[in-house]
Amino acid sequence: MSGGATAPSSRDEPPSRETASAKVSMLCTHCDLPVPKGLVRAGEENQFCCQGCRVAYEVIHECGLDAFYRFRDDDPSDLQPARWSGRRFDEFDDPVFHDLYVSSGETFHSVDLFLEGVHCRACVWLIEKLPLVVDGVVEAKLNLRRSIVHLRWAADRVSLSAIARKLDRLGYTPHPKQGGTEQKLHLKEQRKQFIRIAIAGACAGNVMLISIALYLGMFSGMYHAHAQLLRWAAMGIGLVSLTWPGNLFFRGAWAAIKTRTSHMDLPIALGLSVGGVAGIVNTVLARGEIYWDSLTVLVFLLLVGRWIQFRQQRRADDAVQLLYSLTPRRAKRLSSSGSTNELESDEPWLEVPVEALNIDDLVLVLPGETIPADGFIVTGHTAVDLSLLTGESDPVDVSAGSEVLAGTMNLSAQFRLRVSATGQSTRVGHLMNLVETASLEKTPVVQLADRIGGYFVATVILLALLNLGIWWYIEPSLMIDHTISLLIVACPCALGLATPLAVAVAIGRAARRHVLVRGGEALEQMAKPGMIWLDKTGTLTTGQMSLVQWIGDTTVQQLVHALEKDSTHPIGMAICRGLEEELFLDSADEGRPIDFGSNSPGRLRVSQVRNSPLGGIEGVVESSRVVIGSARFLSSCGIEAGEDSLSEMLELNRQGLTAVLIAVDGQVVAIAACGDPLRTGSKEAVTALKNRGWSVGILSGDHTEVVRRIANHVGVDEAWALGSVTPEQKVEHVRRMQENGPVVMVGDGVNDSAALAAADVGIAVHEGAEVSLATAPVYLARAGLAPIVDLERASRRTMNVIYTNFAVSIGYNLLAVGLAMGGLISPLVAAILMPISSLTVVTLTLATPTFSTGARNQA
Amino acid sequence: MSVLFIALPIAILLAVAAAAGFVWAVRGGQYDDVDTPAVRMLHDDD
Repeated sequence: MSGGATAPSSRDEPPSRETASAKVSMLCTHCDLPVPKGLVRAGEENQFCCQGCRVAYEVIHECGLDAFYRFRDDDPSDLQPARWSGRRFDEFDDPVFHDLYVSSGETFHSVDLFLEGVHCRACVWLIEKLPLVVDGVVEAKLNLRRSIVHLRWAADRVSLSAIARKLDRLGYTPHPKQGGTEQKLHLKEQRKQFIRIAIAGACAGNVMLISIALYLGMFSGMYHAHAQLLRWAAMGIGLVSLTWPGNLFFRGAWAAIKTRTSHMDLPIALGLSVGGVAGIVNTVLARGEIYWDSLTVLVFLLLVGRWIQFRQQRRADDAVQLLYSLTPRRAKRLSSSGSTNELESDEPWLEVPVEALNIDDLVLVLPGETIPADGFIVTGHTAVDLSLLTGESDPVDVSAGSEVLAGTMNLSAQFRLRVSATGQSTRVGHLMNLVETASLEKTPVVQLADRIGGYFVATVILLALLNLGIWWYIEPSLMIDHTISLLIVACPCALGLATPLAVAVAIGRAARRHVLVRGGEALEQMAKPGMIWLDKTGTLTTGQMSLVQWIGDTTVQQLVHALEKDSTHPIGMAICRGLEEELFLDSADEGRPIDFGSNSPGRLRVSQVRNSPLGGIEGVVESSRVVIGSARFLSSCGIEAGEDSLSEMLELNRQGLTAVLIAVDGQVVAIAACGDPLRTGSKEAVTALKNRGWSVGILSGDHTEVVRRIANHVGVDEAWALGSVTPEQKVEHVRRMQENGPVVMVGDGVNDSAALAAADVGIAVHEGAEVSLATAPVYLARAGLAPIVDLERASRRTMNVIYTNFAVSIGYNLLAVGLAMGGLISPLVAAILMPISSLTVVTLTLATPTFSTGARNQA
Repeated sequence: MSVLFIALPIAILLAVAAAAGFVWAVRGGQYDDVDTPAVRMLHDDD
């Protein structure tokens, strides 16, 4: 972009930039992303890219919380428009809900809610200011890592549903937090870890102080009584460290021996036990060297390494919890005496929790609602959005007798449903179960450090025996002492830190580049080329229909735009958006944007609008009758399309586009073609991955011809471009390729979630469904596929750092063993060597760039 | 008899007391969320 930026005088004014072609583009005040030109309202200070952002800003501004935007600017990590579901959350006031989720006190109730859309640190500030926003809320504490807010409110001043609605308006759609035993276990384990580290640290610190005294005494002499006191004190504290926090390593080593697996705990336990026994003997007998300071510091540092690893682990969410977020909580049950006649508009229905539905119940589903259970349509003719299961949001026609599925969205008309499956027995319930089992069944990656643990301990024992032999030959009285010191200094301290440190640093750096990685296995798996499966809609493509081609009369565009303005149909919205771009371009010379607001004098009068499930819309715009839709719809309105138009439509369909005819006053005047454009950078990303040795494939729920076309555009082999794939089949494909090596899956929707869980590395894409975010270890907080290439490069670098760290650690160990064999090791030397080796590993890890150095601070 | 025989046990008792305090804090849930407080510190308001 050329030209200068005008400095805003107050925070509220969006910066405006001049482009080379003198078009004016605005940034959304709330989310800082570009505002589509058609939504620009002339003369207003603040512009918004969507209704969600506008609503969120209004709430924030009303309560005087504009400081939020200052915090957001300091940390532009994951820019997304605010999502506003517009739900009423009445079920949050239901007594059943309160029994399950709410802790009731006398005046105050409290509840834990999971919030969608918590992506940035500014969100913490805003959400914790909720008491200022909603009267009656006493406290709101957010846990950023888990996106869970703990709310306390006065039950007599405000209802939970009102609080929920306000959170929704701010862009954080709330859901009840499902208890989940796994989360409780994780919390318990974390507390135990903290306590262990604390005790180990306290012991290490105190023993080190005592050791300083003993070392000084070595040089200048010390009263025997004092030395004895100090040695016994050191032993006491050292034994506490070995038996309480250090216990972990002995148990781990014992388990490894029993199951004959290799584990890092083996050499550690060897060193600790030899050091401990020798220390006890030497202290009691008042002879020889003691190594309590090295042992306790060893325990402390290794526990810290374990904790860093533990923090990186992800937990697979309960299947039930995922299901709850996808299906509605309530349904409108009709009395079973309802006949199969045509629907009466005010048939009596009872709102019941969805758990109360039984098979063969009759349920009423209104347009815009999510379908609560699997079943068959009894009466009604509508279109449904199956994107939950196919990833495609093209509406599918359904009528009496058709099967519909829980979790999908009813688009155009109401219908009566006869329930055939509820809750976990529904298709989506099975899918969520599949997500859970897929993530549990994955073979766990054995850590590199654990793999060499077995060889390590064997080598150390051999060297110790060798040492025994050598010194028995040279000077038998020193034999035991030197071998003991060998076994202690061979204990791998830096080795235990090498992997967790490298992974933690890599993850931190990745986060700054907007790639959120949970779990070090993801980095290890991405370092070697394997198979990568890409979802199509929403991942390779933008996932949004847009107007691609306009054939015919362009003067009618204003009429078409007016008719489609309020449409919720994907094609209608695509046409509307596309025309706004075109129409805006036409008036660019006048230098001001067209005001499309509802009160503008320029807006055309629209009346008698009729949406038809047959696939079309008709209405009267300023006395012209406009009809837009498929050929079938047009003939149902009495308009016949000519041969040319029909063959044009066929040609466009062959190209994979969806085409609609546009007729004004009975004559077909134009054809609009819509399609789903590729994301910028998709082709480059695929090429880069293939160059680095990856096999790339596409798994999509869309038709095979469309998938093949996209594959050709992007550079994927047609043999690897698979269409009409169900979510269950995606998992099969992932599993099938796993026999040959690691498989990476990239996707965004609920229909990808099971495959994401089953893959060795699941990557969820920007603006994907919350379910995908929960099941995939990697989340790309930037749009586009370029971050995947970055991540792959970073993974290789990280593995290199790990190997280097290993080499350095083993080098130190060899040096120490060499010194021990030469009889040169004393507790002082050991105490110096160990921290130096750890420091070296830390420095190496921090100094090696993970991503390319030049771009380290790129947003 | 030097003061060390009194000072050392007292020092160890102090360390035990500190450790006990930490254990109490952890069990009370004060360390359950170690990420959000770091972010909250950056919010400079009342």
